[in-house]
Amino acid sequence: MAGKDLERSKEAEGFEHEFESGLAVISQDKISDPGLAPHRVRMTDKSPKHAKNAERQVAVLFLLSVVGSFFALWAYVAFPITEDLSTVRANNLWLGLGMTLSLLGIGIGAVHWAKTLMPDFEVSEARHQTRGSEDVRAAAVEIVKLADQESGFSRRKLIRRTMYGALALFPLPALVVFGDLGPVVGDSLRHTMWKKGTRLTKDPTGIPIKASDVTLGSVFHVIPEGLAEMHEHKLEEKAKAAVLLVRLNQEDLKEDESKKGWSYDGIVAYSKICTHVGCPVALYEQHTHHLLCPCHQSTFDVTEHCKVVFGPASRPLPQLPISVDAEGYLIAQSDFLEPVGPSFWER
Amino acid sequence: MTTAVTEKKPEGALASTANYLDERLGVGGILKNFGRKVFPDHWSFMLGEVALYSFVILLISGTFLTFFYQPAMTEIIYDGSYVPLKGAQMSIAYASSLDISFEIRGGMLMRQVHHWSALLFVAAAGLHMLRVFFTGAFRKPREINWVVGFMLFILGMAAGFTGYSLPDDLLSGNGLRIIDGMIKGIPVIGTSISSGLFGGEFPGTEIVARLYGLHILLVPALILIFIAIHLFMVVIHKHTHYSGPGRTDENVVGYPLMPVYVAKAGGFFFIVFGVVMLISATFTINPIWNYGPYDPSPVSAGTQPDWYIGWLDGALRLAPSNLDIILFGHTYPFGVLIPLVGSLVFLALVAVYPFIEAWVTADKREHHVLDRPRNAPTRTAIGAAGVTFYGVLWAAASTDLIATFFQLSLNQVLVSMQVILLVGPIVAYIVTKRTCLSLQQKDREIVLHGRETGRIVRLPHGEYIEVHEPLDKYEMYKLVDFKDYRPTIVRPNEKGKITVGTRIRSALSKIYFEDRISPVSQTELSQAQAHDHSPAVTSVGNQEQLTK
Amino acid sequence: MSLRRRLNGSRRSPLAATIVIAAGLLFSGGGFAVATSVVESNVATAYTADQIAEGKKLFLSNCASCHGLNSEGTKAGPSLIGVGAASVDFQVGSGRMPGQGSGPQLPKKTVQFTEAQIELMAAYVASLAPGPAIPDDKYLEATGDAAHGGELFRINCAMCHNAVGAGGALTEGKYAPVLKGVSAKHIYEAMVTGPQNMPVFNDSNLTPTDKQDIITYLAYMDENESAGGYALASLGPVAEGLFIWIFGLGGIIAITVWLAAKSN
Repeated sequence: MAGKDLERSKEAEGFEHEFESGLAVISQDKISDPGLAPHRVRMTDKSPKHAKNAERQVAVLFLLSVVGSFFALWAYVAFPITEDLSTVRANNLWLGLGMTLSLLGIGIGAVHWAKTLMPDFEVSEARHQTRGSEDVRAAAVEIVKLADQESGFSRRKLIRRTMYGALALFPLPALVVFGDLGPVVGDSLRHTMWKKGTRLTKDPTGIPIKASDVTLGSVFHVIPEGLAEMHEHKLEEKAKAAVLLVRLNQEDLKEDESKKGWSYDGIVAYSKICTHVGCPVALYEQHTHHLLCPCHQSTFDVTEHCKVVFGPASRPLPQLPISVDAEGYLIAQSDFLEPVGPSFWER
Repeated sequence: MTTAVTEKKPEGALASTANYLDERLGVGGILKNFGRKVFPDHWSFMLGEVALYSFVILLISGTFLTFFYQPAMTEIIYDGSYVPLKGAQMSIAYASSLDISFEIRGGMLMRQVHHWSALLFVAAAGLHMLRVFFTGAFRKPREINWVVGFMLFILGMAAGFTGYSLPDDLLSGNGLRIIDGMIKGIPVIGTSISSGLFGGEFPGTEIVARLYGLHILLVPALILIFIAIHLFMVVIHKHTHYSGPGRTDENVVGYPLMPVYVAKAGGFFFIVFGVVMLISATFTINPIWNYGPYDPSPVSAGTQPDWYIGWLDGALRLAPSNLDIILFGHTYPFGVLIPLVGSLVFLALVAVYPFIEAWVTADKREHHVLDRPRNAPTRTAIGAAGVTFYGVLWAAASTDLIATFFQLSLNQVLVSMQVILLVGPIVAYIVTKRTCLSLQQKDREIVLHGRETGRIVRLPHGEYIEVHEPLDKYEMYKLVDFKDYRPTIVRPNEKGKITVGTRIRSALSKIYFEDRISPVSQTELSQAQAHDHSPAVTSVGNQEQLTK
Repeated sequence: MSLRRRLNGSRRSPLAATIVIAAGLLFSGGGFAVATSVVESNVATAYTADQIAEGKKLFLSNCASCHGLNSEGTKAGPSLIGVGAASVDFQVGSGRMPGQGSGPQLPKKTVQFTEAQIELMAAYVASLAPGPAIPDDKYLEATGDAAHGGELFRINCAMCHNAVGAGGALTEGKYAPVLKGVSAKHIYEAMVTGPQNMPVFNDSNLTPTDKQDIITYLAYMDENESAGGYALASLGPVAEGLFIWIFGLGGIIAITVWLAAKSN
């Protein structure tokens, strides 16, 4: 359904093609367009004194920019950086302020010049319809038809189809070549450094922890013995093996029958890697016995095997079964009995 | 015998340069066609420029940084001048970032310019996108340009994310850990993608160098290509303009490129750069030395990504607990998948909106006159709902800071935001739509009866009236020149069937256009003027009467 | 040993002196070691009986209503037996105690007692049972290893207090307070006593030297302004994002309105 506006501007002569207007209401009764508003004269147009002032203002702004540039050059040398941190702050500040003045001077000057002294007559320019005219489109169609004829693209089915096949398949080797970006995942997510007898040690020093050190209300940030001295793969192992160690009153712990032997005298150890998306669950609230992850606020209850009590996590933190060795140092009874960290497909 | 035509020999340096270039590049033609191109002038058209200039600043400051930054994850012992990290073990990437900040004159400044400018780039691009949305500038022929712009917004986020992860500090490292956790949760291919991205187990020794390649080569190249396409289309389509006297869909009203725009837009580049420079000279951004080198064990309170990734972090925080579902031996972590898929769906809706609106209105004409937001109430309301949704997710990323700052319970803040996320967009839609319709009513009132002046006059026969000042014809035209649409009814097609598509389209058109205010017509205006013209009023004071 | 030596009058073995001295050393040293192996803080101040009595008077009039007449605790306040002088010095010295009003966490308030009074109350509470003592001054000086302190701070403290001590949120309205301006003594005492929901960092977990290093790190952060300019409260990307939207983009938009407006 095409409609015609009663009054169309003279520029509309470039718009030959009538488009469908769909649900638009084409009014026959529109208030007519009064045309461009008359130009309002500026002070700088009327009065040479104002124009001269404006010119001076623009010049001053450009000169301020020059001052700024020289100041920046000077500041670079005048504020050297030493061991003292405050020299960095000073160099940053004065070099930056100099460059600021040098840039703003040009910018404000140029804009002020345009606003006050350059003509501000509004001009109307005709648009052209984006769509080509009928002749142009016809000519284009002819060219395409000719190309088709000369190449035989539509006629020669065999060429066309085998071409599609070739073009579809050639990118595949280019994709396959990325196959060595990383190793096959294998078992790595299921195993950590913890083994039977591995001592629990303090992060980052690697000093072993005695059960008697862990008093009520303490929290120890733990790494397995041997991690502190590692050179290769240290962070990769730490990213799975980091553990939190806390002591509760034995009567406060509500332990599962199957996991009763995993704690030692009220001391429990849990994986520090959040089961949501892997941040360290590091906040321990001594009285509420809650572990809080600072990234997305998943909250775990230590009295009940770190089950999720708030936040987006979906699984309790894996528990590390612990015990003590002959000298009273805390040791792991085995590796974690489930993969640590976020959930994944093969879990 | 031939008579060769000889041109006049150019005289003077400028003329000979121009001649040199014209003979080799045809610059004369370029100047002729583009030199006086008309660009409309409105501050809201400059937001895209802010984004463009921020990108240029990023290229300049980024090039400086590439001369000093080293993307290696090999561990070394820090021996620079920052006392609280002396002797600490850290990656070379982190150490080189510290050196840029503390050992190199201008290094701190360039790092801060780079990061502040990155924040500004995405902010300006986002605000520009909102301006384009709320004024309907994405309508034909600019639908493809909307998609190109959308891609630029996504690429901006990608550039920012890859960039701030390069110093390998604790804050951005935890961000990478979160990304890895999300990727691992993707069904079937998640763990393989994670291994491929990090070159093995997290964190590995590859990721920083890989992100570096993306950050300085692939992503900026794509951004440049898309910017070129984006601007090329602005040249072909010419810029849109707001409705007003003399402005139609067939012309463009404004100022010529040379000299006004060259001065204003060129000057504006220096202004944007100057503002960024001022901020960078005086305010710290991303103090990596405070966070320390990345280690999977420590973490800082207040761990948030840069603002433009905030909405994704907020989505993760708002997901409910215990949403893992285990089916046939495989784990589906919906706590992670719902935010992931939900955000992709939201982005997809943003990208295809112009096509949805075009389908509903079936208006195939070219549109070069912009809508005032109030004159497209449903579109504006949808936009407000979308902004609310995005904004709530963005705010949800800082629940812990909100809790400490306003002394609230973290848990209550989070639950409230979960509720607002679902209810807020609906409320925003309703309130916005009604507000737009009311504003349109107000415009009608002003057109028909003029502006209320607040002057009360007592007429001879005792009646009190408030004097209304009628609009002049130029102001009036601005308020009456907008597109009006009506909903469609369901009709069978040629085969006599009513398709599902038609039903949906009709239903949507009702939602869009059932409540509508039409522009004031000439007849209405004449009637209103006749009505208001009472002999007593005419003789009161100095009023300019609008005569036909 | 010949009978002649013994009959000379000396009934003691020549080794006797050595043995006595060795035994004395073993007893005093071993006793000392045993006494301090109860993993509390180092130097136990000796308080006089007078101080303890005066402290008890202050306790009965100001604290017993919540903490019980014998410090055994009531519904309103926990037992103070074993909390040590350090707890009193921290809680009362920072104004948190006397705890008035309810809420998820007791905030710092104006300190209501003089230094002398606090010392008396501390003496009384210390007399109830062994507990963490007020730290020795030598561990409070900011002359430790700031780099080591920073590393320990990030592992043990930053998750609640933020990487530079700008504070952070805990659950249900609780919070870890800002550490700027907190005295070294109070920082030490908070670590060793674990106030409210803060965990206890006994001397096996963080040795006194470790604690001093942490104090040194915090003192460094307090004294040295950020090298990049104003720090926006060290709150990180949230503050930076708000700043760029409100002042950066906001300021630039103000400029664009000027730029596009007609000159008069």
